[in-house]
Amino acid sequence: MMTRKTLDLWAGVFVALGLGALLFLAMKVGNLASFSAAPTYRVMANFDNIGGLKKRAPVKSAGVVVGRVEDIGFDPETYEAAVTFAIDKRYQFPKDTSAKILTAGLLGEQYVGLSPGGDVAMLKDGDKLKLTQSAVVLENLISQFLFSKAADGGNNKDGK
Amino acid sequence: MIPATDNLVEVDNVNFAYDRRPILKGVNLDIRRGQVVAIMGLSGCGKTTLLRLIGGALHPTKGEVRVDGQSVAKLNHEERFALRRKMGMLFQFGALFTDMSCYDNVAFQMREHTDLPEQLIDDLVLMKLQAVGLRGAQHLMPAELSGGMARRVALARTTALDPMLIMYDEPFAGLDPVSMGVIGQLIRRLNDALGATSIIVTHDVAEALEIVDYVYFMSDGLIVTQGTPDELRASDKPFVHQFVYGETDGPMPFHYPADDYARDLHAGEAR
Amino acid sequence: MTALTDFLESLGARAIGAVHQLGFASHFLLLTLRNSGMCLRRFSLVVREIYSVGVLSLVIIVVSGMFVGMVLGLQGYDTLERYGSSSALGVLVALSLVRELGPVVAGLLFASRAGSAITAEIGLMKATEQLAAMEMMAVDPIARVIAPRFWAGVISMPLLAAMFSAMGVFGGYLVGVRLIGVDEGSFWSQMQAAVDLREDILNGVIKSVVFGVAVSWIAVFQGYDAPPTAEGVSRATTRTVVTSSLSILALDFILTAFMFRGA
Ligand SMILES: Nc1ncnc2c1ncn2[C@@H]1O[C@H](COP(=O)(O)OP(=O)(O)OP(=O)(O)O)[C@@H](O)[C@H]1O
Ligand SMILES: [Mg+2]
Repeated sequence: MMTRKTLDLWAGVFVALGLGALLFLAMKVGNLASFSAAPTYRVMANFDNIGGLKKRAPVKSAGVVVGRVEDIGFDPETYEAAVTFAIDKRYQFPKDTSAKILTAGLLGEQYVGLSPGGDVAMLKDGDKLKLTQSAVVLENLISQFLFSKAADGGNNKDGK
Repeated sequence: MIPATDNLVEVDNVNFAYDRRPILKGVNLDIRRGQVVAIMGLSGCGKTTLLRLIGGALHPTKGEVRVDGQSVAKLNHEERFALRRKMGMLFQFGALFTDMSCYDNVAFQMREHTDLPEQLIDDLVLMKLQAVGLRGAQHLMPAELSGGMARRVALARTTALDPMLIMYDEPFAGLDPVSMGVIGQLIRRLNDALGATSIIVTHDVAEALEIVDYVYFMSDGLIVTQGTPDELRASDKPFVHQFVYGETDGPMPFHYPADDYARDLHAGEAR
Repeated sequence: MTALTDFLESLGARAIGAVHQLGFASHFLLLTLRNSGMCLRRFSLVVREIYSVGVLSLVIIVVSGMFVGMVLGLQGYDTLERYGSSSALGVLVALSLVRELGPVVAGLLFASRAGSAITAEIGLMKATEQLAAMEMMAVDPIARVIAPRFWAGVISMPLLAAMFSAMGVFGGYLVGVRLIGVDEGSFWSQMQAAVDLREDILNGVIKSVVFGVAVSWIAVFQGYDAPPTAEGVSRATTRTVVTSSLSILALDFILTAFMFRGA
């Protein structure tokens, strides 16, 4: 029979291991470190089409993550997608910065790319980006491609 | 609460049935404070059931059990537990906690119900174990004990908190003659030293008659006779004679109620 | 004709019996929760049970987690390689573990390792009148025996699931990075970019807590409800494993539908 002390010790080891595993999952797997509570500011932008953009998708500039998509809504007046970004306070962008929805790789996740302009005034909390470019929707591309092929084919027939 | 009588336990016309099969059919008995009382009867006649009714683990279908003036079946959970703290019950098969050593088994109620310092508990436990002759076995687990040893540890555990009412369900079963004598004397001495009241359920007539003050005989769900040991020894009632001298032939039914034997056997043949 | 009515009758009786048992089980859970005060105050009671429920399940959980992670590493690599995206191996291994396999497989192992032991122990205590004896000593067995085991299970299960997932990620790392040679940097960084703390890890932990409650509840109930015979206890033990495994899978489906729907 195990004495009370060793029993307590083992139970303690067990709980410590379990908490350690949780910590490992949080830090090393889930990257708690980058889940920054760093102060952010909010910037809005409207897009004609956001494709498959999701909440919490990264916002990058020059390939570096500078913020996250915080909210996605629908603007009933302009029939556009209203997207809110939360951008790290450490990074300031000119007022005429433009936003694009890009895709990582051919079929990868979608993210937002910011291209800074040349304005001297900087974006403030609650500002709205004027210049935006929608997501490239693969279906549209393909159908365009097929259309033009079909048109080409038709022309060729005519030509013969 | 002032006790209405000098009876600690009063069983008043109690009826009880397990799933409609009547076991007790109107049992009446009184147990005086300070006495050691034996309840005897053939196997299966409902003695254990009667103890459970007194402990409040079962409720009578008719009649009333009063302990210390309180009707056991009418108590709520807290009141029943408060009453049980003053009772001890030795189970027929010991019922030691198998995940604890003998020592911890005896210390169990002291730790659960009192704030005694561990030092004092230690002394008390060793005294209780010494009384049943098993102080040397304190670190053994129940699985490492013989049946008789387990019963003696259970006895020590039953009396751990010096209860006012102690119920022993077959304390002598599985004991050698020496231990039997020792335990019998122990039950008597404990009872007198604590000023407690004891109920012993037993088949061991000779041993019981030595130590008890009063005896009830049960048969077929009823108390059939009662009296002091001397009265019973002198009794010429046939079933008392049968029981005291262990005769197979007599008025007490040895068989569980069944169909006619010959018919049953014949039915087997026909199958 | 009578065969049919007999069949329907027995079916109906079974259904009523099942509903009856569910009601009793719910009442029992309520009683357990209401009587938990004592064991939470005297926490050493729970610690003792954490030993027999948690510590004794440690080896099987750690070893299985490791192997599951290693298999995920092999299979994942094989599939991802076809699309030239073997650098996403870390993502695949980590997400499958923290979202599904960790809680579910650890839960199934927990049910068969610890759940069955709890049921057998309580059932035997009942069969040998230990629970009745305790009650005669004015100690409530639900507070003294049932509640500590229940809480030990509830506490141990999420910890075991976390260990399972962590070991699995480590196993995937061993196979993917050390054995096959996937780039170590992208293994971790892609994993960290894709695994969300709230969406994935926290939801996985919530799942394991729910499974812990379910398995512990079923285990203590089956033990307490077991007929006090050798056969009754052995049947109850089997029932614990079967019922908790099915509940884990069903609950997993429901929780997944709620948590990860379209997110
Ligand atoms: N839980 C139960 N359910 C149904 N019947 C029971 C139950 N417990 C006991 N009985 C029946 O009740 C009767 C009396 O049982 P009890 O245990 O009180 O007998 P007893 O007088 O203590 O016998 P023994 O001297 O053999 O211990 C028996 O016929 C038994 O079959
Ligand atoms: Mg009996």
